[in-house]
Amino acid sequence: MVWTRGNLGSSSATRQPVVNGSLWRGCLIRMDETHCKADWRAIVSRVAGVLVLLAGVLLAAGLCMATPHDNSIPSIFEPHSTPAESIRHLSFFVLSVTGLIFLVVFSLLSYVVVKFRSRAVDTEREPAQVYGSTQIELAWTIIPILIVVVLFLATARVIHAIQDAPKPAEAVEITAIGHQFWWEFRYPALGVVTANELHVPVSDSSHPTPTFVKLLSADTDHSFWIPQLAGKTDLIPNHVNETWLDPHETGLFLGQCAQYCGTQHAKMLLRVYVDSPEDFKLWVRAQQQPANEDAKEAVGRFVFERTACLNCHAINGTNGTGRFGPDLTHLMSRRTIASGAAENNSQNLRMWIQNPDSIKPGSLMPAMKLSDNELDALVRYLETLQ
Amino acid sequence: MSTIATPLREAPLDWILPYRGKVGMACLIIAESAIFTIFVVAYLFYVGKSLTGPTPREVLETPIFYTICLLSSSLTIHFAGKFLERGKRGAFLSLWLLTIVLGGLFMYGTGQEWHRLIYEHGLTISTNLFGTTYYSLVGLHAFHVTAGLIMLSIVLLFGLAGRVGPERFRHVDVLSLYWHFVDAVWVVVFTVVYVLGR
Amino acid sequence: MSSDAIAIQTAEAAGRPWVATLHEWVTTVDHKRLGVLYILYALFFLVIGGIEATIIRVQLMRPHNDFVSPQVFNRLFTMHGTTMIFFVAMPILFGFANYLVPLMIGARDMAFPRLNAFSFWLTAFGGLLLYFSLLGGNGLYGAGNAPDVGWWAYAPLASRAFSPGHSSDYWTIALLASGFGSIATAINIIATIVSMRCPGMTLSRMPLLAWMNLVMSGMVLLAISPLSAAQIMLLVDRYLGGHFFDTQAGGSATLWMHFFWIFGHPEVYVLIIPCFAFASEIIPVFSRKPIFGYPVMVGATVCIGFVSMSVWAHHMFTIGMNSYANSFFTITTMAVGVPTGIKIFNWLGTMWGGKIQFRTPMLFCIGFLFQFLIAGLTGIMLASSPFDWQLGGSYFVVAHFHYVIVGGILFALFGAFYYWYPKITGRMLNESLGKLHFWLFVIGFHLTFDLMHIPGVLGMPRRIYTYEPGRGWDTLNYLVTIGAFVQGIATLVFVANLVISYFKGAKAGNDPWDAWTLEWSASSPPPVYNFASLPTVSSRRPLWDLKHPEDPDSRYE
Repeated sequence: MVWTRGNLGSSSATRQPVVNGSLWRGCLIRMDETHCKADWRAIVSRVAGVLVLLAGVLLAAGLCMATPHDNSIPSIFEPHSTPAESIRHLSFFVLSVTGLIFLVVFSLLSYVVVKFRSRAVDTEREPAQVYGSTQIELAWTIIPILIVVVLFLATARVIHAIQDAPKPAEAVEITAIGHQFWWEFRYPALGVVTANELHVPVSDSSHPTPTFVKLLSADTDHSFWIPQLAGKTDLIPNHVNETWLDPHETGLFLGQCAQYCGTQHAKMLLRVYVDSPEDFKLWVRAQQQPANEDAKEAVGRFVFERTACLNCHAINGTNGTGRFGPDLTHLMSRRTIASGAAENNSQNLRMWIQNPDSIKPGSLMPAMKLSDNELDALVRYLETLQ
Repeated sequence: MSTIATPLREAPLDWILPYRGKVGMACLIIAESAIFTIFVVAYLFYVGKSLTGPTPREVLETPIFYTICLLSSSLTIHFAGKFLERGKRGAFLSLWLLTIVLGGLFMYGTGQEWHRLIYEHGLTISTNLFGTTYYSLVGLHAFHVTAGLIMLSIVLLFGLAGRVGPERFRHVDVLSLYWHFVDAVWVVVFTVVYVLGR
Repeated sequence: MSSDAIAIQTAEAAGRPWVATLHEWVTTVDHKRLGVLYILYALFFLVIGGIEATIIRVQLMRPHNDFVSPQVFNRLFTMHGTTMIFFVAMPILFGFANYLVPLMIGARDMAFPRLNAFSFWLTAFGGLLLYFSLLGGNGLYGAGNAPDVGWWAYAPLASRAFSPGHSSDYWTIALLASGFGSIATAINIIATIVSMRCPGMTLSRMPLLAWMNLVMSGMVLLAISPLSAAQIMLLVDRYLGGHFFDTQAGGSATLWMHFFWIFGHPEVYVLIIPCFAFASEIIPVFSRKPIFGYPVMVGATVCIGFVSMSVWAHHMFTIGMNSYANSFFTITTMAVGVPTGIKIFNWLGTMWGGKIQFRTPMLFCIGFLFQFLIAGLTGIMLASSPFDWQLGGSYFVVAHFHYVIVGGILFALFGAFYYWYPKITGRMLNESLGKLHFWLFVIGFHLTFDLMHIPGVLGMPRRIYTYEPGRGWDTLNYLVTIGAFVQGIATLVFVANLVISYFKGAKAGNDPWDAWTLEWSASSPPPVYNFASLPTVSSRRPLWDLKHPEDPDSRYE
């Protein structure tokens, strides 16, 4: 039923437009008629503008996607791990459905705006006064409901596939603990403790070795996100979470904390090295060794054990057992310091120990205020910790 | 600018809508219910999750008498309103006073319980999760009872000054709606704290 | 802004000392004056929030930029979010509701005029208190310190241990004060609509603006109250040593998230529903047709109101809820899209077969339709929880909700400004400046927020004060910042238009748009009492009936 004036019950006819001019009242003013022409140009330029913008967006997106495949761009559309891949499948489906809806509604809107603009002629007559239509309302209620059902079913499948995935016996188990503003990684079964740079084995589809990560927090909320390997999961104090990675390709994958956790949230970067099974074994064996002891650097070690360093940092085989800061036993096996904020070299180490704010203002590491001799000795000592 | 309004037809006399005071109070009650719901959810969520004692089972005693006081004050305020509507000022005032006394008794009961918990059992709002949720929920309700008692007392003072007649019935009715709400919340709080929470 | 306020006063009180005029405005209980106060107050904070946004964008223009320190950046985005939601969007919408609802339902004032003034001043002091933290945040002995815990202040970051000093207290108390103000306003709007309608104005004849504000107010009651309760708990934690959100004592960080988002998501609809209302008034008038499917529009609004109460945890897909909870919140969130889609189709249906006049208010409404469509579709993407595990907490989300708030809410609001400014001031806003404002803003908006989606897809999380070069984010962020400046210039054009048109604008007359609702029957600006005698209506478009006595709407209802 189309709800039109005077035609309640008939399906299509609308009442004759009402002639308006003769009924005009004193206090009511009329639109100027000149603006109608200008509006036509406005519509054309608007539609053109929108199209140009859309093209620009696509172009920009294309440029971003087209960069070399060195994984330096952590794009969610270039996944290399099972959960991230199933999310990409789902997202392409959702994108095409929503894209189709956009095209349909946008075309309707453009058509309406162009077709039913007020023209310079016949401005005196009001258009037919249509109030609604039950059939049409039903149509645009039921079709969206069907679309929602389809989208939901597709989504529910992926939720189940990712969240309720069984843990195979070969899975590597890791505990990740979020700290302000760095990552602690513990491999309980392997007896390895490291920080900020996670090493996991590549997972072969014939012989899968996924990595299951238990997520904890030592202070505020954080979020574990390596876009190319898996969606993000939060690390929340007093609330254990779990996520898993199943990488199919070796290499370095970048991510960072994705839940605002305090001053240096921005520089809580995350690096995941996906190693071949052999490399991973080698890495584990190296990490399991006690700290390198070099008699030449006893002075540096003495500085470490005598100053406040050991309150927060652990070095296997020394008095230092602190867990407030990263474990330094194999510091030099990591390519970065300060949770990915700086490259791991002697100059940065010096700067970091002397004045952490120069690299990462607001980090919780205090400025150590060592003498130049002490600093030199300490840095030399740290550099032996392979 | 034009100062003459466009003329429209004048109003007929038989157009009656709900009393705005009652509508406003009903809305306030909805908002307050949402606030209490959040506190109740927090209470239930934390039942049994305290890391240290004392536990509700160890220290809480069911305040049957004071609950009866508060619930019966709903009856007295209801009948006080009815008497006011019929113009029986004396009966209205004495029932109104009785309502305040019953509400006051309830507050005395809450005070006594808090005194006992703090001084005998050492339970304060910062002791454990039970202390935090208990004092917040019961305290929020006690705050509403207190606010109600203050408003009831103001009406009593006006009543004693002879300024509350039958024409004020609608206004008094709004206040008693609030009082009924406070009583109803107590039923929920009582159930949650003294029945389910143990 | 202030020149605007003073100007309005001088028009009313020529020759009287300014103290008397000021006194009159401060003590006013007139719904129209309070509405104007709300709007001016919100415009003031809009400029402040806009400046904060601009500084944020300058900092993010290049990787490793050090325009501001991380501490300042974190305060900036906290203040920007809090300001824009609580002290711009809410008051400006309440301002329009205050001004328009009594006029549109033929009442002489709100149901509780004094409560109305109380709510305004409570909200106003809330905003001032928030910004007082810049002076008082570290107490008397330290330098100032605004809150830096983000606008949702997740536990335990907002606890004493991680947020020492008083900056978070200012945040909490400011929100508590303005929250109570909002609840009181909502009560007032509902009581006004239920109890103050003029004779003949049955519920089914109410303008959609009144209907939608009724639903919005109902949602305020159910949404702001949980926030107030959670703020009280946070205060108990911070001042009395409570453990509600103290994870060291067994408290739960996720409980705060739930409480906050039980407020936070309906809040989005609290903000967008009044904007639906503006569109539903403006689009019919400039299409010269009645709204298509009035009862369906009402039903869809009520439906959105109910469904949006059960979608809050879609903000929390990443916190590790089980797969059933994630599925539940996925379906409810997607379901909200249905009534919202119905609305978009009904507006299109209204324009279909009409004679669309592209005056500035209509241009902004068409912009609103277009952008809200996209915002809704990106919302569907985010509702799909696995997709959200990637997109949530990234710049994609930032782009999405700015699409809702700027592309949807702000565009509809600008439309409302151009549409009702003549009623409020008696003068038309300049049409050429208006179109310049519109086009500049459209360009700036799309440059900023279309591009902003992409860094999110490329893994850029939100709330970072700087980022690493070489991740594909650099150029995009640079362009986004340029867009922000274009929007800033467009806003200046708008402010200039407001001021210039106030003095030089063409006289509006009662009914410049040839519209159909009751406010256009009053003079511009309306007298204090609105209507000399209460009007009677017999249809949804009383002024149509008046203008077309031979063919009134009332014949068909």
